[in-house]
Amino acid sequence: MAIVQAIDLEKRYQMGSEWVVALSEVNVSVEKGEYVAIMGPSGSGKSTFLNLLGCLDKPTKGQYILGEDDVSTLSDNDLSEIRCKRIGFIFQSFNLISELSVIENIEVPMFYDGTHEKESEERAAELARRVGLGHRLNHHPNELSGGERQRVAIARALANDPLLILADEPTGNLDSRSGSEILAILDSLHQEEKTIIIVTHDENVAKRTESIIRFSDGKVVADGTRSSKVN
Amino acid sequence: MAAFGKRIFILGLINIWRHRLRSTLTILGIVFGVCSVIAMLAIGEGASYEAQEQIRKLGSQNIIIKSVKPPSKETVNVETSFLREYGLTYKDAERIRDTIPAVEVIVPSRNIRANVVYRGKMLDANAIGVVPWYPEISSQKVSAGRFINASEMEDHKNVCVISDDLAKRLFTHQAPLGEVIQVKGDYYKVIGILQKSGATATSQTEGPAPLNLYIPLTAAKSRFGDVIMTRSSGTFSAEKVELHEIIAKVKELGQVMMTSEVIRDTLKRFHKEMDYEVIVPLELLRQAERTKRIFNIVLGSIAAISLLVGGIGIMNIMLASVTERTREIGIRRALGAKRRDIIIQFLTETVLLSGSGGVIGLAIGVLIPYLITRFAEMETIIRAWSLMGAFGISLLIGIVFGMYPAYRAAIMDPITALRHE
Ligand SMILES: Nc1ncnc2c1ncn2[C@@H]1O[C@H](COP(=O)(O)OP(=O)(O)OP(=O)(O)O)[C@@H](O)[C@H]1O
Ligand SMILES: [Mg+2]
Repeated sequence: MAIVQAIDLEKRYQMGSEWVVALSEVNVSVEKGEYVAIMGPSGSGKSTFLNLLGCLDKPTKGQYILGEDDVSTLSDNDLSEIRCKRIGFIFQSFNLISELSVIENIEVPMFYDGTHEKESEERAAELARRVGLGHRLNHHPNELSGGERQRVAIARALANDPLLILADEPTGNLDSRSGSEILAILDSLHQEEKTIIIVTHDENVAKRTESIIRFSDGKVVADGTRSSKVN
Repeated sequence: MAAFGKRIFILGLINIWRHRLRSTLTILGIVFGVCSVIAMLAIGEGASYEAQEQIRKLGSQNIIIKSVKPPSKETVNVETSFLREYGLTYKDAERIRDTIPAVEVIVPSRNIRANVVYRGKMLDANAIGVVPWYPEISSQKVSAGRFINASEMEDHKNVCVISDDLAKRLFTHQAPLGEVIQVKGDYYKVIGILQKSGATATSQTEGPAPLNLYIPLTAAKSRFGDVIMTRSSGTFSAEKVELHEIIAKVKELGQVMMTSEVIRDTLKRFHKEMDYEVIVPLELLRQAERTKRIFNIVLGSIAAISLLVGGIGIMNIMLASVTERTREIGIRRALGAKRRDIIIQFLTETVLLSGSGGVIGLAIGVLIPYLITRFAEMETIIRAWSLMGAFGISLLIGIVFGMYPAYRAAIMDPITALRHE
């Protein structure tokens, strides 16, 4: 079952009188439980694509079907709700809220989902333990190492048990040791049949995934989904 | 929803606390605005209450006509003429009584400064000659004994009713009723005591509470005569005044203004000089109310301006805060916050800010009138509506001036916000 279906997706930005085409004719589908890497040179549209998949942005043209719903035409409000319930984001720069503690950061998506306070607290603590931060619950992001911060971000991405986990260069800001810790966690999530899409520049990272989608100049130049699934 | 509200509330408090110095400076405008509204309203209400009470004691249905020494036009004449004759006459009283039907009761009185002596103790007091129906127009009630009656009036009896203050000062050990006191060489029996009261119907509104004693008007006339001798700076002067005051009580409140005009016309016809003055407490009351309204408008404008400035200050800080927290807004939006959630978050914070300004302003605003009453001995009245109103306005300011920053936060594009450094 395809969880993600991008049909002729196009994203253009207006820069003054000119249009910058960031993505065009993108046709991609991702199956449930798949672990996919997106690669390509800088400026090729990887982040733009991931933002579309994450419902942070709307395509200029084309369709995006998430699960069973066409989300390319939804309102801002509905997109927010989808981000809340179905998407787990992991960013290169962690994007934790510095005023909040580890556990509070993990709770943010559940907060907007209206999860009961007690339940949310318990789940956040459990997720923190799962990423190995059970002893850091009340620390603030600035008291954590980069690797630890990214682990908090992963726990936060899992908070509402999303359909899709999106990671934009999650190891980009980390040294190799912390990076591999993060990748190990993603691997274990993959074991649990989570659908993960990861943007990376690192071939070694991409090797751990089942398939690689290569972007160049806003277009998909290679989609290794089928082939890699075979071996 | 309740849990959401609670968390947003706590989040707001945390953020305010995080920037406590900035928050404190931000809300100063609101604090001053709110406390000045409350304090000034309390002072204004107190002052107007005092004025209105005094006027009301004069009786809103009463018209008071007083004898006034006319300004002396020919100074030479004053030097030479030993006797000056002016003021209201018994005839005036009769005319008012007989020709103006709206007048229900008329009380003429004479007022003579006299020393009152009892067992060697001497006090300076006003001996007031009045008629037996004086209590009808006075707000003072007889608290002990009784007032002068008709037969005492008829017989020019030497009886007196004394004011509470006089009773207290003159009779330190004895019960005053039935005692005999000496006034200008004559002896008067005390038959009653008047209740304590700030102002009396005889309109002494200034200075310390007067020591009054009331005697039958007939007695005053026959004992003191119409001519009063006063000695001032070495020279004698004598004044002939028949009546010092006439109080006319009108049947209905609605007739007061018209009747006062009729009285003025009547008196004008028979007096060559302006040797009298007509005081209409109702008119004074209305004037006091008008003054109060103007006072309130002026205060209101001052308060409105300071609250407006406070509101703008809050808006300014909130706009800065929104910019500062662009990244946070992007994160929250990416994690599922709706525009509405962002609006609520920032609006809550602004209202908390302005509301705490309101609370502090309220506390200071209540303290100031208290201190004024305590140390300046001025009446102040804090009305519940002024407290609720001022606090409500502080919240409203939070909403009004928080709306725009919150809106700015909510319309941010999540991706752009996330990229913000
Ligand atoms: N908001 C925007 N306005 C205009 N152009 C944009 C905007 N966002 C992205 N672009 C353009 O779209 C193209 C794709 O950008 P994108 O961020 O997706 O690249 P990327 O593949 O993620 O690059 P990198 O590997 O450096 O992160 C770039 O040419 C970029 O300049
Ligand atoms: Mg990118």
